[in-house]
Amino acid sequence: MRPNEPRSEARRQALLKLAAGTAAFTVAGCGRSDDARGALNFWAMGREAEVVAELLPAFHSRHPDIRVRVQQLPWTAAHEKLLTAYAGDALPDLCQLGNTWLPELSALDALEPLDAPVNAGIARDDYFAGILDTNVMPTPSGNRLFGLPWYVDTRVLFYRSDLLRAAGHAQPPQSWAEWLTAMRAVRQAGGGRSYGALLPLNEPDPLYALALQQGALLADNDTRGAFSEAPFRRALGFYADVFREGLAPAMSAAQISNVWDEFGRGLFAFYVSGPWNIGEFRRRLPRERQADWATAPLPGPDGPGFSTAGGSSLVIFKRSPRKAAAWRLVEYLSEPATMQRFHALTGNLPPRRSAWRSAELATDAPSQAFARQLERVRAAPKIPEWERIFQAMQLAAERVVARTQDIDEATTQLDAWVDALLEKRRWLRARAQAGDGRR
Amino acid sequence: MTRTGVVGWALAAPALAVIAVFFALPVVMGLALSLTDFDLYGLADLSTVRFVGLDNYLRLLQTPPFWQALANTLYFVAVGVPASISLSLGTALLLNARIAKWQALFRTALFAPVVTTVVAVAVIWRYLLHTRYGLINQALAAIGIDPVDWLGDPRWSMPAIILFAAWKNFGYNMVILLAALQAIPGELYESARVDGAGPLRQFTDLTFPLLTPTLVMVGIMTLAGYFQLFAEPYVMTQGGPLRSTVSVLYFMYEEGFRWWNLGYASAVAFLLFLIVFAVSAGLLRFDRDPAASR
Repeated sequence: MRPNEPRSEARRQALLKLAAGTAAFTVAGCGRSDDARGALNFWAMGREAEVVAELLPAFHSRHPDIRVRVQQLPWTAAHEKLLTAYAGDALPDLCQLGNTWLPELSALDALEPLDAPVNAGIARDDYFAGILDTNVMPTPSGNRLFGLPWYVDTRVLFYRSDLLRAAGHAQPPQSWAEWLTAMRAVRQAGGGRSYGALLPLNEPDPLYALALQQGALLADNDTRGAFSEAPFRRALGFYADVFREGLAPAMSAAQISNVWDEFGRGLFAFYVSGPWNIGEFRRRLPRERQADWATAPLPGPDGPGFSTAGGSSLVIFKRSPRKAAAWRLVEYLSEPATMQRFHALTGNLPPRRSAWRSAELATDAPSQAFARQLERVRAAPKIPEWERIFQAMQLAAERVVARTQDIDEATTQLDAWVDALLEKRRWLRARAQAGDGRR
Repeated sequence: MTRTGVVGWALAAPALAVIAVFFALPVVMGLALSLTDFDLYGLADLSTVRFVGLDNYLRLLQTPPFWQALANTLYFVAVGVPASISLSLGTALLLNARIAKWQALFRTALFAPVVTTVVAVAVIWRYLLHTRYGLINQALAAIGIDPVDWLGDPRWSMPAIILFAAWKNFGYNMVILLAALQAIPGELYESARVDGAGPLRQFTDLTFPLLTPTLVMVGIMTLAGYFQLFAEPYVMTQGGPLRSTVSVLYFMYEEGFRWWNLGYASAVAFLLFLIVFAVSAGLLRFDRDPAASR
């Protein structure tokens, strides 16, 4: 043994490095290690995953001991990937999760409740209430917060202010009645060549937003459909009337080759859409049209109405061995300053009111309509089956618009389908109640 | 048991064990799964899984989307299999013709699509099929046909998928048929010519009958493969537009891995197995009695 000999020392170093490399490789290959000091695995989706890397240097300089490995999932495959990862015990430490998927993963008991750390350091009432509520799930031991909203998504009215003015309406409509009047006026002013609104038949969100303004869509603790009850029928009635009067073309998005072109050309004056379209309208509408579009909160049955509470949350998985470090990252990404940078990078709207005080957001007229709408959003039913029901609802609406069924028939049939789908929930509930009784 | 019997079993045991663990066991478990309502709740807590007997199967038969998926699959099989096999047979005959030059080159070129990955090629085909910039529509425009929205129009989405699948797969059958053609003794053709049979007569009364066993085998394999249509719609259309390219397997995938109704999805898999089994058994009858097919 001649430890001082430089060549042998160099070889020892090289061997150590190799061993370390192999170990790191093995850890990465396994996907899960119980080493609490390993790198954080963070799954993010689509565009957000590309951008989040730019937010990390500041985090690393604040927490030099925590390394973060971001993995990008395409949105189209993310859902399957998460479920199979759960089944295979290969979930990451934390993840960006569309908030409609929270009920599913909380039903699987895969998520870590965040109540304690949030109460210790984050003001809940700074979040838009309807958005935060999408992250609160019922558990046997009461309601728990399972995620923190990262960015929000809701639906508002995009409209052509010039067409509306030409038709004699200076202000965007606030109620359903005003909206109908405005659409009729636009149709008349356009000489029948233009429509009041574009509500693509394959998109459930507009009808769903109208419906949640009216009341609950599920009954009996979310174990039965309530689509044949008055609230949903009123919404579907309004929706179907818009098509029957010819105020909206009965088309799916695929049939309109380019929504922005058609909007610029004035084929329709109203379009119900989400925050990403602020950027798209700025990019895709010609310069001379830029002064002619605006956004407004969604009209309700009698006055400003509620809209959908969408977006993505940050969640920590229960089986992660690095929850404390994961929480540091969630905390950092949830700071108003980080959210503002995130908005500058992506156009995603922040879920915290304090983040909206940045000069950029506070003075941006199209975004402000979203700020007002976000005060009036309602969470979707918190059951894993909701996404399926949501799609089935739109298929029923399509049949009503195509007049293959009337509202009675379509909603009764939808309820029967939903009731069959939720049979397992009723059984689980009955079982849980019987269990409680025995105890 | 005789000594040789013991030795035989012992020698076969490793292979049998592998088959039992990786084939028989999963099949039996899949069958068992299809009799339960294993779903998302079952994944979270196994005690919520219920035995439901044949309910999954009965419910499936009353589900219109399943019938639509089955109809889409039958469309794909009914058009795709004959198209693909005639393409294979046609190219095999051309390659086997005496006047064909650069046989090896063409054989390799025509076989190439088979060894490429579906996903990579599907991406290229999406460019080819693009409504505005695609080569196919440009070629059609050159002969005065209006652009077709191949993957966006429910009437054209399945033909586009068939076109892609036939192109992707015909090379495999072509090679098999070519080998069968080359195995037909030349003397038979000579005596046919002496008897005064023209090229058409030679094909119908000589080539085709002698090819029948190979054709049946190729037909069954292609049929079984085409019934399992999945990757093409998954990559190119995600089942759309208007669910026009949802195949049975795609339907199963959605039920199983999108909605996590694994019990129900297993029932779909077994029903598909029964269908493929029945159709293949029907085709095999042609092989047993070649005279019956005439």
